[in-house]
Amino acid sequence: MGNFVLRQFNLLVLTLFVLSLFSFSLAYLFPGDPLTNLTGIAGSEQADYQLLNDAFHMQGNVLQQYFYYLGALFKGDWGISFSSGLPLTNEISRTLAASIELSTYAFIFSFSLGIPLGFIAGLRHYKITDNVLLSVSVIGYSIPVFWLALIVILLFSLQLGWFPLSGRISLLFDVPLKTGFILFDILLSDLPDKQEAFYDALRHLILPTLSIAIVTTAIVLRITRRSVIETMNSEFIQAAYARGLTSRQVLQHHGIANALIPILPVLTMQFTTLLTNAMIVEIIFSWPGIGNWLIQAIYQRDYPAIRAGMLAVSSLVVILNMSINIAIRLIDPTRGRLEHATI
Amino acid sequence: MNSLCVPLLTRKNYLPYFLCVLLLGGCGDFVQVENDTKGIIYCSEGSPTGFNPQLDSSGTTVDASSHQIYDRLIDFDPVSGELVSALATSWMVSDDGLRYTFQLRKNVNFHSTPYFTPTRTLDADDILFSFDRWRLAEHPFHMVSGGDYPYINSIGLDQLISNITRLNGYRVEIQLERPESSFLANLATDSAIILSAEYGGKLKQSKTKDLIDSQPIGTGPYKFVSYRQDRFIRFLRHDGYWGEENKTEQLIFDITPSSSLRLAKLITGECDVMAFPAHIELDIIRQRKELSLDEKPGLNVGFWAFNTSKAPFDNPQVRKALAMAIDRDALLEAIYFGSAVPAVSILPPTSWAFQGDLKNISYNPIAAKKILLENGIEPGFVMNIWAMPVERAYNPNAMKMAALIQAYLQDVDIRANIVSYEWGTFRGRLKQGGHDSVLIGWSADNGDPDNFYRPLLSCPAIKYGTNRAMWCSPEYDSYINQALQFTDQEERAYFYAKANELLMAEMPLVPIAHAIHYQAYRANLTGLVINPFGGIRFAPVEKN
Repeated sequence: MGNFVLRQFNLLVLTLFVLSLFSFSLAYLFPGDPLTNLTGIAGSEQADYQLLNDAFHMQGNVLQQYFYYLGALFKGDWGISFSSGLPLTNEISRTLAASIELSTYAFIFSFSLGIPLGFIAGLRHYKITDNVLLSVSVIGYSIPVFWLALIVILLFSLQLGWFPLSGRISLLFDVPLKTGFILFDILLSDLPDKQEAFYDALRHLILPTLSIAIVTTAIVLRITRRSVIETMNSEFIQAAYARGLTSRQVLQHHGIANALIPILPVLTMQFTTLLTNAMIVEIIFSWPGIGNWLIQAIYQRDYPAIRAGMLAVSSLVVILNMSINIAIRLIDPTRGRLEHATI
Repeated sequence: MNSLCVPLLTRKNYLPYFLCVLLLGGCGDFVQVENDTKGIIYCSEGSPTGFNPQLDSSGTTVDASSHQIYDRLIDFDPVSGELVSALATSWMVSDDGLRYTFQLRKNVNFHSTPYFTPTRTLDADDILFSFDRWRLAEHPFHMVSGGDYPYINSIGLDQLISNITRLNGYRVEIQLERPESSFLANLATDSAIILSAEYGGKLKQSKTKDLIDSQPIGTGPYKFVSYRQDRFIRFLRHDGYWGEENKTEQLIFDITPSSSLRLAKLITGECDVMAFPAHIELDIIRQRKELSLDEKPGLNVGFWAFNTSKAPFDNPQVRKALAMAIDRDALLEAIYFGSAVPAVSILPPTSWAFQGDLKNISYNPIAAKKILLENGIEPGFVMNIWAMPVERAYNPNAMKMAALIQAYLQDVDIRANIVSYEWGTFRGRLKQGGHDSVLIGWSADNGDPDNFYRPLLSCPAIKYGTNRAMWCSPEYDSYINQALQFTDQEERAYFYAKANELLMAEMPLVPIAHAIHYQAYRANLTGLVINPFGGIRFAPVEKN
């Protein structure tokens, strides 16, 4: 086990190293002055610029420069955004939290809907319920998320007027930033109209969450269904029936655990797909997350922001993947490698 | 299951049913769309460059600062267009028109914010501080944020004022180089705001002078709270405001560059007011009963000018005949889609000097043909019409308008060629007078009629390139100059009426339309009035 963790950890460090190298090289690949691209401080601000020039050892060779860049990254000094003039560390932690929040809720939603539906479909496979669920899930995961998001807005916001179409919360509520998760921030805050703010934030959450979750729900449903069919057809289940257990008992004691454990890794891996989907949907719902922020940075040619944003997102995805691997290994140590599942 | 979920169920609408189950208790509160009545959200079109309209006369910056954070000595009444008192309760003009004395309002509080707590109310020092900032190069704040004051420099206000003196704590005297009756109107424009001298002193002491334009302090109805670029601007009600009390606690600018997204937010109630509805979206707004669309003729004019320095357009009879040959109502319909009012003079109806009883020249091709023949214009005469290549509020499609005029002229046996160049070249060649006639227009910056009469048709304006008709009449110039020597509006209006009479007789240009200014907001809002003289004003706006 220790060996495995060590191996994963090595892999993580290596990947992060490559990522940091890439983000550093972006400073040279983007047009303009590399130091300006690294820090966001323009050459015209002479005094600061000179100081930074020394701090980043821009006179030294590229390796030295990279070393000092890495140092700055670890210190949390990611540079300053061209367009807003704010430290990127703050901007990224704020927007990234918003994206993670959205993805987490969508992920919980997908699991709590996809797994039970997958079981229903699997247990009644090749019957009408199964066929209906299966066809719906095909539609679900074939729909492009951005298109679904637009349809959802058209229907629920513009036609029916039930839900707002932009942002995390009405701007009338000035929620102080603590955790970066809006629902928790509201609960922690001392706003006079806390309950209203909470409801408002929930109303803002529903449509984007749904738009992202539908695709993942469909995938979860299909993976679960397949695993349930396989498990229920296996010999130990037949044996359990032969011992006279009721269907319910069989499912509870043997079915659920045996169907779920093998697919758990594949399911959790969906989180990274979901995060990328979330970044697309954010733009449509004007959700102040990292996807929206990065697109703005690209429009405005905010090179330090593009560099830092890319580094933050890719590091997050890499770290998440590694942690999931390790967690799964802890839950099910018998597994040598990830099992491939089909959907 | 609460009451709101039940009707949804009976409609066999499964998704809402599912949502209701999911969210159980909250459903009722969820399906309320209106945001609460304590705040107003304005979907604005872009991020301001700062919070000081002295430095930037663009509409976006002005909207975000001029009438929200600051006040002026005097204001335009947005409805009547007259000058009304603001921070100055009264003003006196000396007989020679060179000295203006302003009596300041007492007990006017500046904003008290986390970054500044005022210890005194507004006095003469603040007026001196604010005006000297753009007037005097040696002022400690003159060079802060670049030292460029575009609007004030362009109307020459900095050159016009020779001195400002403090007579006592609440009296200020402004001396001018020469009399100019549009001076008061210029003091009411968006850029002539009053800053806090005390705040300036504090920033100077802490060596953070730059903050004066990004963390503003003023006397206006709202105080600045926070701003995040491309996201929002947050204002709070200024509780010690000298003007009328307002129950709106918060004002928020939700920065939304896309016009269709602004409209969508207006429909869902995420915005209460939206900036610049697109012309094609106007019908959508009109159809929805929860939305209101206000319209008011803007301070602009679109016209067809003849080059009076060229024969035969130097003949007023020919110009009048050409004016009779076109059907302006049809042009209005085809070009502005009804979003403009027909123009009878160069002055729009929103101006106080607008003359309501002016007779318009009517469409009469037969009479036009006759007059043209009488004046030696043979059938088959060739002329050109220059049409702007760009879209402007006063003329959204000059090329199409030129094509229509071409057709009308054909009816009176005149062959017209349409000429257009790239916008920069177009204006350059126009200044040189290469055209026979041109379709162009003018947008004014303040409600003063001089802002129309002088640049459009006075003799010196030929040199500056704003007199597109190349028309110079000493008689006309004397009228508009005399008008400026009087401060009484009735006396001035007399001279402008004289000028109008002359224009009707001479017809150097054919006024076509005053394009309409639109404002869309939710119907439960009261007090929002279109301000044709500049930035939007939220001071009297409340939600019911």
